[in-house]
Amino acid sequence: MVQPRIRRRAFDTAAVPTVAPSTAPSIAPAVKLNGFVRQFGENRVIDGLDLSIAPGEFVALLGASGSGKTTLLRTLAGLDPVGDQDVTTPSTRAVVFQDARLLPWKKVWRNVALGLKDKDVRARAEAALKEVGLGHRLDAWPSTLSGGEAQRTALARALVREPGLLLLDEPFAALDALTRLKMHDLVLNLWNEHRPAVLLVTHDVDEAISLADRVLVLNKGRIAAEEHIPLERPRAPDARFQAIRRRLLGHLGVEAPASHEGALIAFPTGEAVQ
Amino acid sequence: MSLATADRISLARPFPKGWRWPRLSRARWLSPVVLLALWELGSRFGLIPERVLAAPSTVAETFWALTVSGELPANLLVSLARAAAGLAIALAVAVSLGLLAGLSRWGETVVDPLMQIKRTIPSLALTPLFIVWFGIGETPKIALIAVATTFPIYLNLFAGVRGIDVRLVEAARSFGLSGWSLVREVILPGALPSFFVGLRYALGVSVLVLVVAEQINAQAGLGHLINNARDFMRTDIIVVCLLVYALLGLGADALVRTLERRALAWRPSLVEQ
Repeated sequence: MVQPRIRRRAFDTAAVPTVAPSTAPSIAPAVKLNGFVRQFGENRVIDGLDLSIAPGEFVALLGASGSGKTTLLRTLAGLDPVGDQDVTTPSTRAVVFQDARLLPWKKVWRNVALGLKDKDVRARAEAALKEVGLGHRLDAWPSTLSGGEAQRTALARALVREPGLLLLDEPFAALDALTRLKMHDLVLNLWNEHRPAVLLVTHDVDEAISLADRVLVLNKGRIAAEEHIPLERPRAPDARFQAIRRRLLGHLGVEAPASHEGALIAFPTGEAVQ
Repeated sequence: MSLATADRISLARPFPKGWRWPRLSRARWLSPVVLLALWELGSRFGLIPERVLAAPSTVAETFWALTVSGELPANLLVSLARAAAGLAIALAVAVSLGLLAGLSRWGETVVDPLMQIKRTIPSLALTPLFIVWFGIGETPKIALIAVATTFPIYLNLFAGVRGIDVRLVEAARSFGLSGWSLVREVILPGALPSFFVGLRYALGVSVLVLVVAEQINAQAGLGHLINNARDFMRTDIIVVCLLVYALLGLGADALVRTLERRALAWRPSLVEQ
């Protein structure tokens, strides 16, 4: 039921790749949570959260530490029990964690092929690794990869499954600024190519605005704010970008001093250098 | 010019050029060789009687003679078979119990206390009981080796399983691995380095227990050879057997090292070689 819509979207974006897909309410959502609650003892980490992500939509989730970002992602990844709550997710989901979490005793291509059961597993892993630019490291041990290569391997491992939902848990946080920018491009390209619904958990406002169709701000286990990003990709940090940025920072409880903005434009990864 | 050369030598180093002390200072083989030479001289000059300790040259001759006659290889094979049988049983039991205790809470509750109790009983102290139970044939020897080598393998495997990075397990689960595939792809390989520590220790223990177990009325094997030699005061054969025991220990260690190098090639320290 979801498949034809994904295909139609893929066609749309192929024609006009820079336009964000609209989130028309008529489309059956890939992800749907209704009044979701997750509680550890007395502590309600997720508190009556409503969330809907359309097929092929790129959503970024911002929030301070302890706001419930990672808990929400784990729930959507199926890593935490949901009980009998109303949680809809695609059957195929894949996670890219902040640390690549490659199995050190499996060569790169075997890590990508982890859990795949078809015959031509090696060919599929090889294709996925070529897509992320690692066709030459198929038989390398993970311990010999750089941080960026490890994360690209993790991306290949996620995408080789053709997931309906791609969950990115601060996947660029541990990378240096330049590698991070390259990874942003790579993720956007792969997303355009495969069109999974994406939930990117991040603490980087600029990253969220650069990549996502829609940015959500999570606070105390609830969606505190939502911003649609109507900008065309690739996104330059222009005035509209800055306006969204200021609003999002406001939602996060941060006042952005005007004098710092120039520097922050020059370093969109959030490294405020004067 | 000759003066300058002499000056340089006398100032730069206490010995003239070409003197070998500095190299010998790192020669770790030297003291064993000197000891061997003193031993040989002592034997030759009658300071060490033959029935106390045979001369190294006699030992070497006996070693050669025993090897050529096939007596040593045949007995060695018997001993190796005992050790292998005991170790095989220990491996099967220890891996099963280690996984059971490592992978489940109730498994740990049931298995671990029993293994810890077993650890407090010195395995060799079970010898009389095993003789009563199993007689004086092959069974008590193999059983002793099995019992003594089970614990190190069990303990290290258990610790290895429990020490696995849970984040890796979680990632694997998120990619659909569960049950046996999770154990095979993630948990066993992750516990492997620790398992090898246990295996290496167990191999050492197996040689140790072999020595004692073969004192039980052995009709063949290194222990049998030693017992016979004792009865005839053939110290040369006793020393040959001691040497073989030492070689067994070295061989066992080399075997595990080779296995480790193959199985743990992914570890950064080995990758860089």
